[in-house]
Amino acid sequence: MSEKSKKTKISAPSHQQLRVVIVGHVDHGKSTLIGRLLYDTDSLPEGKYEELQEICKRRGTDALEWSFVLDAFQAERDQAVTIDTTQIWFSTQARDYVIIDAPGHREFLKNMISGAAAADAAILVVDATEGVQEQTRRHAYLLSLLGLQQIGVVINKMDMVGHDPEAFEKVSRDVSAYLKSININPFYIIPISAREGDGIAERGDKMEWYEGKTLVEALDSFEVAGSPVARPLRFPVQDVYRYGEKRIIVGRIETGILRKGDKVLFSPANEEAEVTSIEVWPQDEDKVEAHAGESIGLTLDERIFVERGHIGSHTKNPPMLSNVFRANIFWLSHNPLKIGDSYKVRYGTHEAMVTVQSIDKVIDTEDLGESEKAGEVGRNAVAEVTLRARDLLPVDPYLDNFRLGRLVLYEGYDIAGGGTINMDGYPDQRASAKPKSENIYTVNYLVDQQMRAERNGHYGGVFWFTGLSGAGKSTLAMAVEQALFDKGYHTYVLDGDNVRHGLNADLGFSPEDRTENIRRVGEVAALQADSGLIVVSAFISPYRADRDRARRAAPSHFHEIFVSADLATCEKRDPKGLYKKARAGKIAEFTGIDSPYEAPENPEMVVDTQNNEIDTCVEQIVKYIKVQMKYKKQAANQKGKKEKAIAV
Amino acid sequence: MHDYLDDLEAKSIYIIREAYNRLHPMAMLWSIGKDSTALLWMVRKAFFGRVPFPVVLLDTGMELDEVYDFRDMLIKEWGLDCITHMCPPEEEMDKTLPPATRAAMRKTEGLKTLLTEQQYKGVVLGIRRDEQGLRAKERVFSPRSIDGEWDFKDQPPEFWDQYKTEFPEGAHLRIHPILHWTEVDIWRYIQRENIPCCDLYFARKDEESGKMMRYRSLGEKNITFPVESSASNIVEIIEELETTNTSERAGRSMDKETEDSFEKLRARGYM
Repeated sequence: MSEKSKKTKISAPSHQQLRVVIVGHVDHGKSTLIGRLLYDTDSLPEGKYEELQEICKRRGTDALEWSFVLDAFQAERDQAVTIDTTQIWFSTQARDYVIIDAPGHREFLKNMISGAAAADAAILVVDATEGVQEQTRRHAYLLSLLGLQQIGVVINKMDMVGHDPEAFEKVSRDVSAYLKSININPFYIIPISAREGDGIAERGDKMEWYEGKTLVEALDSFEVAGSPVARPLRFPVQDVYRYGEKRIIVGRIETGILRKGDKVLFSPANEEAEVTSIEVWPQDEDKVEAHAGESIGLTLDERIFVERGHIGSHTKNPPMLSNVFRANIFWLSHNPLKIGDSYKVRYGTHEAMVTVQSIDKVIDTEDLGESEKAGEVGRNAVAEVTLRARDLLPVDPYLDNFRLGRLVLYEGYDIAGGGTINMDGYPDQRASAKPKSENIYTVNYLVDQQMRAERNGHYGGVFWFTGLSGAGKSTLAMAVEQALFDKGYHTYVLDGDNVRHGLNADLGFSPEDRTENIRRVGEVAALQADSGLIVVSAFISPYRADRDRARRAAPSHFHEIFVSADLATCEKRDPKGLYKKARAGKIAEFTGIDSPYEAPENPEMVVDTQNNEIDTCVEQIVKYIKVQMKYKKQAANQKGKKEKAIAV
Repeated sequence: MHDYLDDLEAKSIYIIREAYNRLHPMAMLWSIGKDSTALLWMVRKAFFGRVPFPVVLLDTGMELDEVYDFRDMLIKEWGLDCITHMCPPEEEMDKTLPPATRAAMRKTEGLKTLLTEQQYKGVVLGIRRDEQGLRAKERVFSPRSIDGEWDFKDQPPEFWDQYKTEFPEGAHLRIHPILHWTEVDIWRYIQRENIPCCDLYFARKDEESGKMMRYRSLGEKNITFPVESSASNIVEIIEELETTNTSERAGRSMDKETEDSFEKLRARGYM
């Protein structure tokens, strides 16, 4: 090595690296910027500069193509467009960096995301001559979706606009306005010329009107994210190894701290055991604590059922359990995502099949327009969807846990999309209805349902009305009861408002309280039906999981009746003036407005109050109930005789 | 004190365990060089001292003698299940390729015959992004078609440590657990963990020229050459790397024969 080329590169003693992704519209100069950054910080490998000159001469380009440093594929050089994301290392006086170059072309969005998702900070490159373009907006939007907060903007190609401060001001205003609308506050907006090297490592003498930081100074001011040890413990199980008698559960601690002796709860199995050792190799008896980011093994004091995908936490602050959740996603597949389609979802090591229950919003990143109730999400689009799994999944909303609150969706073998989990409006289903006490036994009745039916002339049953507020549940319930009562049926109506005066006076309208409200009503309805009554219940009961639980309380005689009317119709009726209040922001978490309503998938009956008169609906329901509750004398007689014979 | 090497290592161990969970059967390519030996050390960490799959040397018979000696020593010391797989001879390689590229093709072809014989679903490799521009664009789990081809124009998305681990019958995955490490990271790690490495990396006097020379990167003796250096121990190597701008693969002839010779090699399945 010649003395001349020997540079003294000082790197920070900790060698801590900051990963920076460079994004922006195609041709706005991302690769060029990186090539220049490497050259100006003396980070190009020896001979690379000469090699570049040589290649450019051979290809007949006059100016030096800095982008060739990174565009390593022949195809990339031929087409002068970056295809795939790449990484390159360099150092400033302050510290080491990994620079991630992300392709700007729309076709390669999946590669842009692969690059950007790994970054601590981002630089958005905007061409001074073209200003904000389609991919400028989309990339910025994705940065916010990916959770990147440290974002700087460079206005590139200032040499092409004569280093004019007004041109800079105009583009910066446009960029700021867009970023502000998607809740990004850029740390810096810097005028540069990547080709000339102005504003990168040196400020140059052409833009003396600019007094802010150079790009290198800006980069040095960003911070490396610390390990998320302060968050609640999450330890997704990666594998279970058995060595002789020893069972080691391995995985990486995503957040929090795990200590020897801790009680760890594994979800969704809901089993807990104590950590007897933290295993590493070479063996270390003193290893009693492991932090977020560490790949470890652990042993437990009890042989509880634990497998890959289970998520370990402390007993306090476990993940929520739910079979339904919302996600803000970006979609990468050529096949659109559609309602009713099934995908494999993965976060941490947890995997499950989910079905798209609804597409709540598709967002146009161009103008941030939202189309509600869209039928599908196309390639490279961004959307809010509701996903449903068959079983309960351990879930953390992204805002609570950024490591586990983000998911990918697989279509066949391939990753087809990704996004962040949002549990707004959905309850934790962990609170199980299992008896708290273990010393509970079931006592058998001497009077059974058949005997009650014989006396009443009809069976008991639960007729569960569900639907939006204003759909007509209470009106129908009262009319149906009246009609049945007049004909001698034994009936009772459980109404939403009425039970909240007494039985459920302690409950509010949070997702958890709504769930408990429905659980209690479901149990009461089941008891009443068991006692021989025809119970009509009128509750919005927005969650499928809750209604399913009410059905389980009265499995043999539960009838779900969907009282159907669309939101607009209900809002127009607004019998209690609640929609008006909800729209005015006076009622929070109102179903249909800012809290979800999950329509039944296979109700026993649907009554359409939007297109039918109330009387017609009442008639339909009364007819249905009469058929369902009809006392079957013959069968009862035979059974009755038998029992009597035994009694005699 | 928290050491950044812990983060790099934890990520590598996570990837190794992920591959082991998803892919059966699998193997690891061990070139006996510093990178794959450091990687092998991390495999032992991942499985608490064990190496639960075979390690394979794609042998051309052209490795340096010291490399073979080092291999035999480590097999014994670490109790490795090592397969030495002979690569097809150079005469069978594509004659249109430049000479060094053609010699390097032998390993590619050797890997193909290995995969045909052993039906591995996953092959773990110790390549790093900072070695070369094309490797910088690699994925951690990188799918290969049946004949080993790399479709670099359409690589799967890969983010948030979620990988593509399933693929059609007949294809295989290359797993790159140390893709995110740099050359100097590897040396700092070898120093910290006290991992054995081949003497050829340390400078000694070249008898012909009288200059101090060392290998930065180990390859076959016909296409790899030592570079001038005075670094004769790990501390000096780290010092050298902190200040040099010379490319690690400067001593590898096949990289520079034509503008895209390495790309051609890699597209056809080179490591």
